[in-house]
Amino acid sequence: MAHFTKATSVKDWLNQRLAIEKVEKVMASEYWIPKNINFLWAMGMVLAITFALLLVSGIFLLMYYQPDVKDAFYSVNYTIMRDVDFGWLWRHVHGVAASVVFLVIYIHMFTGIYYGSYKKGREMIWISGMLLFVTFSAEAFSGYMLPWGQMSYWAGMVITNIFSLGGLHLDGLVEWIRGDYVPAQAFLGRFFMLHVLLLPLVIIGLIGLHFAALRIPHVNNQDGEEIDFNAEAKKYLAGDKAGSKVIRFANDFMAKDLMVVGVYLIFFFYLVFFQYGFALDAVNFDPADGLKTPAHIYPEWYFLWSYEILRPFSINIGLIAFGFAQVIFVLLPWLDRSPNAVPASRRGLFSVWFWLLLIDMIVLTAMGKLPPEGAFSTIGLVAAVAFIVLWIALPFITKYEKKV
Amino acid sequence: MKNKEPLILVIVVAFTLLTYWLVEPYAHSVMHKHVESVNFTYPDLMPVSKTGNVANGKELVTGAAACTGCHSIEKEGMPAMMDAVSAAASYGVNPPDLSEAGAIYDAKFLANLVVNPAHALKVEHKFDAAKGEMHPMTAFYGAGGDIDQEVADIVSYLQSIAPKPSEVTPKMAYENACGRCHAMKYENWTQIGEKPAFKFEKDSLAFDIQVLEYQEHLTKYMGKLPPDLSMYIRSRGEHFISTFIENPQAHLEGTAMPRVGVTADAAEKVIEHLADAGDTKRHERDSIGKTVMIYSVIFAIFALLWKKQVWKDLH
Repeated sequence: MAHFTKATSVKDWLNQRLAIEKVEKVMASEYWIPKNINFLWAMGMVLAITFALLLVSGIFLLMYYQPDVKDAFYSVNYTIMRDVDFGWLWRHVHGVAASVVFLVIYIHMFTGIYYGSYKKGREMIWISGMLLFVTFSAEAFSGYMLPWGQMSYWAGMVITNIFSLGGLHLDGLVEWIRGDYVPAQAFLGRFFMLHVLLLPLVIIGLIGLHFAALRIPHVNNQDGEEIDFNAEAKKYLAGDKAGSKVIRFANDFMAKDLMVVGVYLIFFFYLVFFQYGFALDAVNFDPADGLKTPAHIYPEWYFLWSYEILRPFSINIGLIAFGFAQVIFVLLPWLDRSPNAVPASRRGLFSVWFWLLLIDMIVLTAMGKLPPEGAFSTIGLVAAVAFIVLWIALPFITKYEKKV
Repeated sequence: MKNKEPLILVIVVAFTLLTYWLVEPYAHSVMHKHVESVNFTYPDLMPVSKTGNVANGKELVTGAAACTGCHSIEKEGMPAMMDAVSAAASYGVNPPDLSEAGAIYDAKFLANLVVNPAHALKVEHKFDAAKGEMHPMTAFYGAGGDIDQEVADIVSYLQSIAPKPSEVTPKMAYENACGRCHAMKYENWTQIGEKPAFKFEKDSLAFDIQVLEYQEHLTKYMGKLPPDLSMYIRSRGEHFISTFIENPQAHLEGTAMPRVGVTADAAEKVIEHLADAGDTKRHERDSIGKTVMIYSVIFAIFALLWKKQVWKDLH
């Protein structure tokens, strides 16, 4: 057992028991971040803040929400939106944050791809990040079921149907997932549980893993430069702050993060109060009705690209393409055969690949929402094929990339 | 080292806005039919050419034109002949009380309605006199004089007893023009009126049974039960509702919903009532929104200053 002495102060008392000074150094003041970074490096903090907003607003909503098919719609649209003081505010914050969090995730992901931040020891950061993306997707989908509006019901119907896996006709699996032949009480109950307990637990665990994965390889920088963190940290601590290539996590990095968060919050609250329609779809303000299919069923905007990879093909091929799209991003560190961990702009063909992928995913997103008719289905089909071709081409493009 | 941040910001914002434009304004403009309003002028209806005589109109409404055979005029001491449920059993829907009709409905519409209900209501696809499918409201064929003059008299009388347009409340406009077909649960409104607070559950259930019976007749008449409008302001939006009220056929050809012929002012009030039900906190949202925006800007300024202070030694 450790030796304890009479504490000289509260801090000393805590230090003997929790080593708070050491923890503070390891986690903040001597956790070194490269100086050569731009505002895209603050997206992690923006995501953390958005997740906190989701968690807090979710806790307030949870106090009044009723996970019962008869009362769910009423509890959201009457109790929360009308009766509860500021219930509307919590709902708008929750709904808008759920949508905006994906915008930031996509920016964060494409930043990682552009700067090659999934290579040379950073593979686990990428993988844990992609696992977070998948879990956030499940969290978003399960949350979308809860207001029990028309889109909740019909999106629930369409997405769970995917599990019959087309020609395999696994209807029993679909029934098992739903707990019924159609989305009903059992369905709502289990998606409620997933949304408020199991998935948030997994997300919090994965966030821990994501942060831990950063520890050893350190954060990447704008030029993909390999930094000797120990030497640069010594330089910093010796007083040469301007000459050192690294900065403290707190307050140096945090100060820049907070500045970006400040700008982000202006944008975020503008959406919450004045431009929330994109996140709170009008169709979902009609109560669920199993006898009335909406004219257009579409997922939220952040699922549209993968929905459009499913849609233009015949059912079995579509499902294979869809499955491909779901897992392919995870494999990026191994599909990229180049030894270069530098920005895409210095990687020749890879740079073309990057911008094509980004544009293709935006095209897929747009076509995923538009009705699949005429030119839209053709464009959708071409974009879906292009997505698959791009990923198949990646190992070949990168294999012959010159070392920089 | 060149500062690339402004360029990066431009790229991120441009791609975000492009994606937003594609999935929101553009996609919705493709998915939804665009209907322009003509500001409730009802150009397809015959204009009223004569100046009406109120006294003569009163005589017609209560006498030869037989309006009061089905319609009550509570304000003039003429109560309804039947309760709402029995009226719905007879006519499909409870005929409206005429006390406020002159203020809520357009004069031209009322004049056309009196002589040809199915035409004014735009339900000729449902009620074709040639095939013997008569609209439950009997047309007025004249009382022996100049029919145009008589119709103008009737309209003048209805306008004379009605409140001033400025006295029409959003609730009044909704209940009169929409409320006999559309319930509004969030405002405690049923097709037979506001549900009172009952002391005993038995009385409450008895009231519910009345509502259900009314709804049964209404469903038979309309083909399906008209939807509850509590959340329509959020599910349909102001523009859709306004143009739908003006001419339901323009959005949904063949629908059983009649054109109700409200004035532009009454339509605005109906929409205000829908907003009072489904977007109750809109004023609070706007005012708190402004405060939060100001706070956010101040927060961002302080964050910027702090960053500058922390980083002054780092460059």
